Amino acid sequence: MAASAVARRRSGLGIRGGAALLRGTVTLYLSLIVILPLTAVVWRSSRGGWDAFWTAATQPQALAALRLTMAMAVVVAAGNVVMGTVVAWVLVRDEFPGKRVVNALIDLPFALPTIVAGITLLALYGSSSPVGLNLGYTRPGVVLALAFVTLPFVVRSVQPVLMTMEPDQEEAARCLGAGPLTSFRRIVLPTIAPALLAGAALAFARAVGEFGSVVILSGNIPYRTEVASVHVFSLVENDDVASAAAVSVVLLATSVLVLAGLNLIQRRRTRHAD
Amino acid sequence: MPTRGRGRWPLRVLALGYLALILLVPVGAVLWRAFGDGVAPVWQAVTTPDALHAFWLSLLIAAIAVPLNTLFGVVCAVVLVRHRFWGRRLLDAVIDLPFAISPVVIGLALILVYGQAGWLGSWLAQRGIQVIFSLPGMVLATVFVSLPYVVREVAPVLREVGTDQEEAAWTLGASPLRAFLQVTLPAIRWGVAYGVVLTTARALGEFGAVTIVSGRLAGQTETLTLYVENRFEAFDLTGAYAASLTLAVLALLVLLAMTRIQRKEGR
Amino acid sequence: MSILVRNATRRFGDFTALDDVSVEIPSGSLTALLGPSGSGKSTLLRVIAGLERPDAGTVEIDGRDATSLPPQRRGVGFVFQHYAAFKHMTVRENVAFGLKVARRPRAEIRARVDELLELVQLPGLADRYPAQLSGGQRQRMALARSLAVQPSVLLLDEPFGALDARVRQELRAWLRHLHDEVHVTTVFVTHDQEEAMEVADQIVVMNHGRVEQVGGPRDLYEHPANAFVMGFVGQVTRLGEFFIRPHDVEVRREPNGTTSEAMVERLVHLGFEVRADLVLHDGQRLQAQLSREEAEELELVQGQIVFVRPSRTRQFADAQAS
Repeated sequence: MAASAVARRRSGLGIRGGAALLRGTVTLYLSLIVILPLTAVVWRSSRGGWDAFWTAATQPQALAALRLTMAMAVVVAAGNVVMGTVVAWVLVRDEFPGKRVVNALIDLPFALPTIVAGITLLALYGSSSPVGLNLGYTRPGVVLALAFVTLPFVVRSVQPVLMTMEPDQEEAARCLGAGPLTSFRRIVLPTIAPALLAGAALAFARAVGEFGSVVILSGNIPYRTEVASVHVFSLVENDDVASAAAVSVVLLATSVLVLAGLNLIQRRRTRHAD
Repeated sequence: MPTRGRGRWPLRVLALGYLALILLVPVGAVLWRAFGDGVAPVWQAVTTPDALHAFWLSLLIAAIAVPLNTLFGVVCAVVLVRHRFWGRRLLDAVIDLPFAISPVVIGLALILVYGQAGWLGSWLAQRGIQVIFSLPGMVLATVFVSLPYVVREVAPVLREVGTDQEEAAWTLGASPLRAFLQVTLPAIRWGVAYGVVLTTARALGEFGAVTIVSGRLAGQTETLTLYVENRFEAFDLTGAYAASLTLAVLALLVLLAMTRIQRKEGR
Repeated sequence: MSILVRNATRRFGDFTALDDVSVEIPSGSLTALLGPSGSGKSTLLRVIAGLERPDAGTVEIDGRDATSLPPQRRGVGFVFQHYAAFKHMTVRENVAFGLKVARRPRAEIRARVDELLELVQLPGLADRYPAQLSGGQRQRMALARSLAVQPSVLLLDEPFGALDARVRQELRAWLRHLHDEVHVTTVFVTHDQEEAMEVADQIVVMNHGRVEQVGGPRDLYEHPANAFVMGFVGQVTRLGEFFIRPHDVEVRREPNGTTSEAMVERLVHLGFEVRADLVLHDGQRLQAQLSREEAEELELVQGQIVFVRPSRTRQFADAQAS
């Protein structure tokens, strides 16, 4: 449909010009704040040609950081798929005193600054831990930090789907002899699968880019606990902008791929909704 | 269908145990650690000049970034929901980018454009405007990371409200702007409120992008989050925990606001 | 305030909602735009209101060209199917909205709102919110709201579509009564032919974005312009190329030279009337509609042989033989 014909759909004289103005404002805002800066990163990374880019991105320390980041993100996303579903299930299907408070607390990682998350986790599970655990400066520590910040994604994604599920399908399954596990596997899981995937994808994307909580808890030991974002940070601090841009582009590409995947999932979801 | 019988308990323990381990106990630990030596040191730590400056700077940045993103968010939601044009899917995707991009990449990106040697930065520097290592840069970074929240909260509400009410207002003589302000805006107000709360939380909690873009000059370009890290690196654990406490209290206020608004929306 | 639409065309992408539509609506009349979904009736109404702009054609309201006027300046009142109540305002504030926009003095607004609430029989509900009203009450409030600014034309888009059957009946009668009192040129959209026939002075039958016929209820029923109108406005049964109203099928026990033989395949007793599904010698099917008394007199039973003759038929040049 031609844009002008569609703009006329909203009749009345002021609207046509007004619509273009609104769209222009939105585009300008996004360009100055998001699009231009991200384009600059891509451009900067490609300034030395493909070779320079490849060298910078596959530098041993960078590569180690990227590998570590991706591996951790996958582990955390997988962990969230399991535990996030369990938590969502308990919040929707179970009743216990204080449930409302627990439900509200799920959003804590959204509200709490990442640096504070890092500090609190370190306080509890670091070297002076009252619990006797010492996860500071270790890989499990990184996983812990990532688990904290990504907690809400799967839970909040799956919760609404569980809440709007009508009991008939599961009841029918029970009449046909299915036990709770089978019922979950055959009926609930397929229904929540798109939401689960979407939540996992968001958790993965978040984990890949996470900085604030990890920078405190991990100790940022190169090749051991240094994640990609911290590596980029140190490159920037050392004025090695070109390398920083290269590694950043790898991270950006990952984010874009995840978002594109999410988009596909959403679209399939709306198709199946009928 | 509620879980019945003995099946309840293992799941419940598993879920609550996980949450306790990951969420609740750590937050309790900060409280415990902060007040380890009593209340007085905490109060002192929180009221040092640098700490106070960091606090007010965080609030100032949020006070600029949040209204900007709210205005943008409402306008963008209108464009997304009510207009059909080439590139709408693209717009939709771009808005989600801040969710998925690492804050350090964002910081780098802003330096490349607005730094002294940057695409726009050099032009601005000639006119005496400094963006990076100064307040404007920090505001930009904060705007970037907290961009999507209002849009994403308002758009579905706006879609549900539809255009009937606004059209009715038109037939009653109201101009399009008046109709939007007096009829549609009140109808979407809880979506806007929720988006504002989320945006504020994100703005106050921003660390990665702002740390790169600010230069971290204590007492000048240090937000509260940067201050926490500063104190930690300086082995001033009390100072770090005290500032963390302030941020945690703000976070809890945000959670409270979120819960209240959710109830108003009937979620 | 008469309305004159000339050659209005409106397309949405590939879909043509209005195809060169011209309609005249006499001042003070109560006109129905009647047709199935997708016939363009709502689009036509919205074009008259200024909520849609036609790709081609003009709209005249009371002799003045209103085609490029926005809805704010056309002096039309519009009532929506789903009420479009301002949910965050009370009933009083809803009804007063147009008057506030026009900056009328507060005392005048108050008096007028009270007057209107009396008119639509909602007194005492002024301080309630729309959510606290029933569907029928909300629609009456919407009507009061649109009448407040004294429109020269009142437009209603399937105003009773969202209400249940009994409330619909009540409001239909009430709308007719209101029109008789207030005398505003009124146009309403409906897909329910019974509603159109019952309420309107003039009916515009639409299909596929075109006007099929314009006329009074009786006119349309007795002299339909084509097969579509005939079928839409009442029951039709076909015999080859002849279109017959079921109640125009004469049923006799004995032949009389002009009748054809038929068997009663099925008898349906619908209370006040009886419907007979008949099969002719050559396999053609026909439906006849008789009164209870007629059916009793003929002692009709299933399987019986009777003799039928259509007393009135119509033929349409463009109709295809079935």
